[in-house]
Amino acid sequence: MNSLGEEIEIDNAGTVVRLLPEDRVIMDLIAEGSRVLDLGCGEGDLLLALKVTKNVRAEGIELSEACIQSCVAKGLFSVRQGNLDEGLADYPDKSIDDVILTNTIQVLHRPLLLIREMARVGKRCIVSFPNFAHWPVRWQLFRHGRMPKTGKLPHEWYETSNIHLTTIIDFREFCQKAGIHILREIPLRPSGPGRRSVVRFAPNLRADSAIFVLEAGPAMIASPSPSH
Amino acid sequence: MDDTSSVGIVNTQSFTFAESPNELPLECGRNFGPITLAYETYGKLSPAKDNAILILHALSGDAHAAGFNHPHERHPGWWDIMIGPGKAFDTSQYFVICSNVIGGCKGSTGPSSINPQTGKPYALSFPMVTIHDMVNAQRALIDHLGIDQLLCVVGGSMGGMQVLQWVVSYPERVRLAIPIATTSKLSSQSIAFNEVGRQAIQSDPHWKEGEFYGKPIPRRGLAIARMIGHITYLSEKSMHQKFGRKLQDKAEYGYDFRADFQVESYLRYKGDHFVDRFDANSYLYISKAMDYFDLAQPYGSIEQAFANVKAKFLVISFSSDWLFPSHQSKEIVSACRRVGAEAIYTEIQTDYGHDAFLLESEQLTSLITNFLTHGRKEAS
Repeated sequence: MNSLGEEIEIDNAGTVVRLLPEDRVIMDLIAEGSRVLDLGCGEGDLLLALKVTKNVRAEGIELSEACIQSCVAKGLFSVRQGNLDEGLADYPDKSIDDVILTNTIQVLHRPLLLIREMARVGKRCIVSFPNFAHWPVRWQLFRHGRMPKTGKLPHEWYETSNIHLTTIIDFREFCQKAGIHILREIPLRPSGPGRRSVVRFAPNLRADSAIFVLEAGPAMIASPSPSH
Repeated sequence: MDDTSSVGIVNTQSFTFAESPNELPLECGRNFGPITLAYETYGKLSPAKDNAILILHALSGDAHAAGFNHPHERHPGWWDIMIGPGKAFDTSQYFVICSNVIGGCKGSTGPSSINPQTGKPYALSFPMVTIHDMVNAQRALIDHLGIDQLLCVVGGSMGGMQVLQWVVSYPERVRLAIPIATTSKLSSQSIAFNEVGRQAIQSDPHWKEGEFYGKPIPRRGLAIARMIGHITYLSEKSMHQKFGRKLQDKAEYGYDFRADFQVESYLRYKGDHFVDRFDANSYLYISKAMDYFDLAQPYGSIEQAFANVKAKFLVISFSSDWLFPSHQSKEIVSACRRVGAEAIYTEIQTDYGHDAFLLESEQLTSLITNFLTHGRKEAS
């Protein structure tokens, strides 16, 4: 997922990572020295950036063997090859400060299972996703009657791995249904190369992506998920 | 031989300890000694003694892991692809040690060794040894070499079992652990294959309750045991790719019981070749040691076994390995996760089955190289 993004030097030792603008927004949300679990951590750029700049205890799960190789080459010591659709059984309740899922929820087979698992394991969850109600997406479907393709969703319908696309409004409803409390919504739109700014007006129309900060809601705490 | 990535000519050395009255207490309850371990070392121990890597071999392995024992040796040591200047275990940076296990037949004390009290080979009077005993014996060697803490312990298959036992038995003495294609306990299926191998040896008329030294050896039995082993080390796909249904030196079926198919003659060759270099009783003892291995058993759970573990782990499995399947490696990683030990886990995609850990692999080399480089920095 991190093949895009911008190369940034994060320390004086010349450590370079490739970060998406969303990653930089997420980094600002993470507290110094916290425990972070990045689901679908890719080549480990965000984890390494957090480890170097925020001294976090960084853990990651990633499906791709090649990505794990890259993580090991970056000096990350807690990365596991695994399938997120299988849940997070090895992680005790509230054992992680921030569980991160960036630009990945749309490829999961069972997003409801994972979001509940994230809320069980993490004190907070940070989820980012492309907003399918962004106006250019709507325009392609409405004006041209075609399956939308955008910078964030570049694939043909028949070869995309994005099987569970969502919008900001739908994601809110999804959280409610999952018994998850929304702490914060950060709708974003591009504002110059490599930059994102927060959308304040009509976010579901004008934001091309969003970051949600979540925690387990009271209903979920009362009845833990069956996979627990 | 003049290859700059080879460690060159190496001498197998030996170390003897546990002489009376300081015998080594074994898991079976007996105290045993004296014990000799054959070992080889490659590279130089740093003045701070912080660059030592212990390589642990599999069932049929030995101390000769890299280089050549003499200039005319046809094949280098069993893990030469990984050990040498510029290789994964870079001998220009690390001091690499490999020892033959207790119970073995390649210079370490085992059932074919002479019992100093009787002047005859031990045969079945040799005590039953376990993975734990193998590790305790190696610990004596590491003490002898003056090394307090190993930078890394690494091994595949039974070698991986020893890696796990090392971090559990001596948590303070291991900084990095690389268990490859292994398990914290042997599955019923694997025990079954080992038992068929042992039955083949024991039913050979030349076995004679193990008392075959100086007489005809149980060649057929040991060869069959090795043939069975070989089948389990390969995958269905790799066998198909290598042999298919191709016939050996003939165009048509022979309609008899000589080897028609290439796979038959390959297995016969592997079996016969093995008999010339391995002791049948060692095969019995070492395969039994693998069967007995259950890391969690003395502790109640694998988490409790891992409670004091300090090492960082790199756990590797192979996608087509059905003898030590990936889920067994994942269990090790899960346990690390639950006790808060740092662990990397990856499953390498390969068609080569369990044997993949012995073969040249860019992925394996890169993982180990990076893990050691960063691990050494982080640990120091």
